[in-house]
Amino acid sequence: MTGSRSAVTFALLLLLPAVLYILFIVAYPLVETVNLSFTDAALKPTVNFVGTKNYQKIFGGEFPEVIGRTFVWTFFSVLIKMVIGTFGAVLLNAAVPGRALFRILTMPPWVVPIAIGIFMWGWMYNGQFGMISGLLQNFGITDGPIAWLAYGHTAFWATIVTDVWIGVPMVTVYLLAAMQSIPKDLYEAAWTDGAGRFYRFRRITLPMIVPALITMSMLSLIATFNSFDIIWILTRGGPSGDTTTMIIDTYKTAIGSYKYGEGAARAVMICLFLSVFCFFYFRVVSRINTGEQR
Amino acid sequence: MKRKIKSPKPMIDRYRWYETAAIYAGIFLFLSFVLAPFVEGFLVSLKPLSSLFSSPYNFWPEKGSFDAYITMWESVPGFWRYIVNSLFISGTVTVVVLILVVPAAYAFARFEFPGRGALLGAFLAVNMFSGAVLLIPLFRLMRSLGLLNSYFAMIVPGVAFLIPTATWLLRTYMMRIPRELDEAAWVDGASRLYTLRRVILPLAMPGIAVVAITTFIGAYAQQFIFALTFNSKTEFMPLAIGLFAYFGRQEVVWNELMAASFVGITPVLILIVFLQRYLVAGLTAGAVKQ
Repeated sequence: MTGSRSAVTFALLLLLPAVLYILFIVAYPLVETVNLSFTDAALKPTVNFVGTKNYQKIFGGEFPEVIGRTFVWTFFSVLIKMVIGTFGAVLLNAAVPGRALFRILTMPPWVVPIAIGIFMWGWMYNGQFGMISGLLQNFGITDGPIAWLAYGHTAFWATIVTDVWIGVPMVTVYLLAAMQSIPKDLYEAAWTDGAGRFYRFRRITLPMIVPALITMSMLSLIATFNSFDIIWILTRGGPSGDTTTMIIDTYKTAIGSYKYGEGAARAVMICLFLSVFCFFYFRVVSRINTGEQR
Repeated sequence: MKRKIKSPKPMIDRYRWYETAAIYAGIFLFLSFVLAPFVEGFLVSLKPLSSLFSSPYNFWPEKGSFDAYITMWESVPGFWRYIVNSLFISGTVTVVVLILVVPAAYAFARFEFPGRGALLGAFLAVNMFSGAVLLIPLFRLMRSLGLLNSYFAMIVPGVAFLIPTATWLLRTYMMRIPRELDEAAWVDGASRLYTLRRVILPLAMPGIAVVAITTFIGAYAQQFIFALTFNSKTEFMPLAIGLFAYFGRQEVVWNELMAASFVGITPVLILIVFLQRYLVAGLTAGAVKQ
């Protein structure tokens, strides 16, 4: 039934609406981005082909610095998410009363509109009245108020912390699921042999969740690289460009200054990086799967 | 397998008192991080404006009241409208995604056709682009279609980026429905469409429900960039953008804004208590099992 010609026709008909939709809303804009990147498209009515001028221009400017900053930002965000996520998953996996409630309490940052969570962070980072600066002063750790979003390096880390906060629930829940799928027999056998809790974690839990850790790191890497809302709401890429990542830079150029052509060239660069990540993601996932089947 | 002795709590899961204390301390630390902005936001919503802008910092509201929850309805005009817009946009996105994804997932789950693997890969590759990367041509596309400043400007692009995950999830679910059922219906002379409608759809309902929930929550949580860029009309704004517009102003009435944020997110927070296991099922089926 499944291989005949009429079956193939039927399957393609079923796929047609979704495929057309994606072609129209994702594939066509993707091609269009590449096309635009070789033009001087802007608000003016005429569009001229300018060759690689846009690329020469962005690489002659601050763009290499923006790329470097984006990679540092993404690297630390993903790393911290993984560390806190693993920490959280181990704790929520412990057989203590109340864990069902604790698991639910982990979810809110994931499900509330991202922007609203960020508003609340915006207030927390406020130097005069916010919680972080306020508590640090109350406990006598810092002398004066710290306006976290006003200085380059604190704003950089503040946006990372908020990005981590948004990503942690998903990582935690995913790693927790991976931990729960580890056969209990392994732990019992190790326990019978006298292995301690920490030893069991290092020799059983950690190796068994490596595939999940890799998969989640890759997914987080792609999501973090694309992160827009957090930086835009908290700092708009400032102060003086210190939190401007590639996405923010593209947005400012294209939507803020109406330089569609130059913006498109930036977007193409982002797509190139994302394709590389995606390539590795697919390779890793297929390797993990063939490893499991053996 | 040897039968194990049943006890209320296996020995391996027993902790010494200091281990239990360490676990609770760790969980407290972890949840403090996760919930801190909500705690702060809630306390801010209770503080009168005068005590909000005073030093030194007070964690607890001294003259706390729920006044902001009453006054905000006047100072954030159109608040109801924003919530309704948010729900309407997310709801429409979910319906459109389901209409596109149910047949596509069935095709991927059941039929062999040339290029199936590549097409599925291409579907998943869509996941790697956020709307932000494709914003320039999407903006031009929306403009030439005349959709700027309408609900569609937020719905149409929103749908596209939720299709891949939904397809993947539902395909995984449908692959677990025994093939024999399709074949039996086929032998009985049912058409393919009839089989899909009368045999597969009812059986796939739980899976479709999971996909609907995850898609809705995704759409509700992520309506920012399209709404920010493609719509400037107040009457169509979703909650996040509606409130964001107030943040840009000179005098931000923070306690009312926090109160509004809380009222806006409460429905989702209540929902998540009941629906969290679907969300977990969605996440793990989509990524663990291939």
